[in-house]
Parts: sequence; C-alpha cells; structure tokens
Amino acid sequence: MLAVTTAERSGTMLDDVRTSPALAVNRLTKRFGDRVAFRDVSFEVGHGEVFGFLGPNGAGKTTTVRTLGTLIAPTSGSATVAGLPLTPENGVEIRRRIAVMPESPGLYLRLSVSENLECFAGLYESPVPRERIDLALGAVKLAGRAGDPCGALSKGLRQRVALARALLSEPQVLFLDEPTSGLDPVAARDVHELIDDLRQRGVTIFLTTHRLDEAERLCDRVAILSTTLRTIGRPDELRERLFARSLAVRTLVPLPDPDRVFGGLPAVDGWRRDGSGGYVIAVSDPAVAAPAVTRALVEAGADVLSIGESRHSLEDVYLELVDEDVEAGQR
Amino acid sequence: MRMSARRVQAIFRKELRDYRRNRQIVVSMAVLPVLFSIYPSIELFALPASSSGVLLHKQPLVYMLAIPAIVPAALAAYSVAGERQQGTLEPVLTTPIRAEELLLGKALAVLLPSLAVSYGVLGVFVAAIERFAQPPVASALLSGPELLAQVLFTPLVAALSIWAGVAISTRSSDPRVATQLSVLASAPLIAVTTAISTGGFHVTLGLALGLGAALLLVDSLGWRIVAPMLDRERLITGTRS
Repeated sequence: MLAVTTAERSGTMLDDVRTSPALAVNRLTKRFGDRVAFRDVSFEVGHGEVFGFLGPNGAGKTTTVRTLGTLIAPTSGSATVAGLPLTPENGVEIRRRIAVMPESPGLYLRLSVSENLECFAGLYESPVPRERIDLALGAVKLAGRAGDPCGALSKGLRQRVALARALLSEPQVLFLDEPTSGLDPVAARDVHELIDDLRQRGVTIFLTTHRLDEAERLCDRVAILSTTLRTIGRPDELRERLFARSLAVRTLVPLPDPDRVFGGLPAVDGWRRDGSGGYVIAVSDPAVAAPAVTRALVEAGADVLSIGESRHSLEDVYLELVDEDVEAGQR
Repeated sequence: MRMSARRVQAIFRKELRDYRRNRQIVVSMAVLPVLFSIYPSIELFALPASSSGVLLHKQPLVYMLAIPAIVPAALAAYSVAGERQQGTLEPVLTTPIRAEELLLGKALAVLLPSLAVSYGVLGVFVAAIERFAQPPVASALLSGPELLAQVLFTPLVAALSIWAGVAISTRSSDPRVATQLSVLASAPLIAVTTAISTGGFHVTLGLALGLGAALLLVDSLGWRIVAPMLDRERLITGTRS
C-alpha cells in the first residue's frame, strides 16, 4: 500500500529526528580574514546528551556556538542542528528549535525578571507565555523574584534568569556558553544543579567551559578544542587513551631495593619514585597487578600506607593536550 | 516571508517599558524642540498686526516640521548600537526574530514618543500663538490647511528620520558616533523645512501631495531597505561576514 497516513508520516519523521544526532558537525571551519577561529571540526552529539566543549581562551569555543546558533556563517564545512542543515535559509527555523545562553546574560537591567522573560516568550511566539514563564522561573528556582528588576540581582541570579530565558522555548538543543564564568562557588554549584536537572529531563546540552571539574561532573562526553579538535570522548576514555594505567603506592619509609620488590610481578610494566616512600607503578591490568604488588610489599616487610589505582583527572588530559599545542607553537 | 506581529510587538513593548523606566530619555527628547520653538515664538509675538500680510506669502509653520526630524534621531541611533554595547543584542539575535521584525519593533517604539513630543510642542506653540500673538498674525499663521499639513507630515518626517537613524545604528559600533551621524542625517530635512518656512520656495498643494506620497512610500518600505543592513555576524563579532 502506497498511501501513508499523516500519523504514520509524522511518526516516521519523529523517528528520523530521534535517530539522527541532535548535532552533527562535519569539517566545519570559520575564518575571520587570515585568522582561523576553528578549523576542520567534526563531531556528533546525541539526543539527551550533555556534551562538553573545552578549550583555552581563544580556542574557538564561543565562535563554534555562534556558528551553530546561526549567528555567524561558517567559512566551509557543514552541520546539522536540531535536524536541520545549517544554511542561511534555515536560520529562523533552527533558532526556533534551539536556545543559546551567551557567556554574558545580556538582560535588560531596567526591566523586571518577568518582563525580560515576557519579551523573549513573545520572540519565541510561545502559545502560553505566562505558563512557560512560570515553569522556567520554577526550574531555576526564581519564582519568588519575578517582579525584581534585573539590575538589582546578583551575578549568579542574573545567570539563572538567562538560563530561564533559554528554557522558555523548550529547546531541542541548549547551548550554554561558559554558564558559570565569573560566578562564586555557591552560585556555580546552583547552575551545575540546574544543568543536572535539565539532563534528567533529557535536554540535549552543548556546554562550553574551561572549568574542567564542571565538565567532568556534568558531561557525558567532552571534546577539547584548540582551533582544531584535539580529542573527543568520555572523560574516562580520554584518560585511558592518554595515560598509561598505574598504581600509586606509599610506604612509611622508602624501600631499600624497589627493583627487587616490583620487578617481575605479573602485569607490572615498570615503576618510578614519586617523593619519599612514594612509587608510581605502570601496569597493564590493575586488577592483576594490585594484589601481586600488595603481596610483594608485605613479603618485603614494608609498612604500606596506601595502595590504589592512580586516577588522572580531566584536567591532566586537558593540560597534556594543551601543553602539546603550546610546545608545537614554540617549535 | 511571514512577518510575525507577536515578535514585532514583543520588541515594541520591551522598548516602551525601557523608556518608561528611564523617563529622562523622553524628557530630554523634548528639550531641543522647546528651545527650537522659543525664538520664532518671540518673533511672532512681537510681530505687529500690519505684518500679517507677509505671513500669507510664506509658510512659517513648516519650520515646526524640523522637530519630528530632530526628536527621534538620538533614540533611533541608539536602537541597535546601544543594545550591542549593552550586550543585550546577542540574546535577541539568537531567537527566531528576523531583521525586519526587530527593526520594525524598534522603529515603532521610537515613533510613539517622538510623535508625542512633536505634537505636544506643536500644540503648545499653537496655543501660545493664539494667546500672545496679534490676532491677524495668529489667523495668518494658523490657517487650516497648514495645520492639517503639519499634523499629517509630522509622522512622515519622523519616520524618515527614524529609518535614517536605525540604518546608521545598524552599521555603527559606537552609539555616540551613531547619535552624531543620525543628527547629521536629519540636517537635510531641517534645511528643507527652514527653506520653505522662510519663503525660500513655496509648496503648492500638488507638491505637498507629491512629497507626502514619496515620504509615505519610503517610510513604509523603510524596514525592507534597512533590514539588509543588519548583519548579525558583524554586529556580534565586529567583523564583516
């Protein structure tokens, strides 16, 4: 049967939207004259994923967000944003499906919180603006501050209003550009909780940040950008990819002959000192190596203070990659 | 292209709320027109009744049309460049709003207080002439057709000045420069109204209708003419796309 009902057709379209990534970027490049903002950037972000976009200042993070948000045109490459090809003709429709929270909240300071949101509810042609505003304010825990002038709010509260503004349109993809920049730890924690809450609701979030603790805590996957995309993956994947696995051992007094203790143990590839009584042991499989190392230490009569697998942070990964770039730049 | 009345209205309402919270903006708009009308008022008050015949050959009331040319210049110039400087433009441009909708909302919001100030100053001027000028002078000056022309041309002149100001604002990186250029852009309008009012050339009914039609056409197409000048990339990054 060739005829397709409207319900079947819309069901198929919905399936297409769900199976295709929320964001698909293919060799995207942006140049301003001779200056390259970012080059040959490719990645995909799935629906409901929190994707971290990390990089040092000037790496091209904000320009990438602005490009995907249709504010600026790419020089080359292609992208699909919220199911639509990134073309000038699709600009209005893409902006209808996404929301961008820029680094600076950009609120009308003489207007109240509610008036700011009313303006944007109108710009998104929200069918039930009052309801949406109340929901957005509730989501950022600002329902009691709706009548306050934005100029009277602290930086953290302004950031929350900006987040509420971004939620008004129920975006398929939410771009957050440095959402905790300049916030104190308490305000930053509040924003983290809000992002976590949005993740629970299945909102796709593209988060640019140079706060690595933030990315590690919030993001399913991260990409590290330094004009070109340096790496992409889950934080633990990146750690494994970049750093050999190791055990960290601490003893009360330094071992007289560490070579004799660690040499020839199963799954142990080598060792190095790490301060007085500290040893980092390169291993191929921590589950095999850790019991063997422990036994060897006990047999050697060492007073063991601690033994455990070394955990490289995302910061280690980031610094390793960024330092490579700095060194390459100096050569 | 479908123009969204809701988005235009959202910008219009936001701008009016902003003016209301900052009444000095509107009050300061009225200062220059008041100063502008003091000197001709004093001259007209002092004019003897025997001179009323001279007024019949001139069109001194047209001088007042310089007011709607000047009044909106600063506000229009601030409309885009000011928002850009405040950092409020980027969030607006990330919404589905089209350039035409943004500019129309802003232009209408500037038009409203500009008309209020222009008509207000005109009303005070007319009342003062009626009260203090010699009756023959007042009746020569305040002829029905000229008053009607004044009322009809005020929004047309104001809209032209607004579009010029908004156009400059979309291309300026600094609202101060935009304001200066916008005031400068209203100078030709002021020159024309001054030339007519001082008898430099006489406007016939036909010419007035022609001018009115031309202004109406340019004003109604203003958003179409100015919209292509709003370059999101240049406004956000400061570089040309």
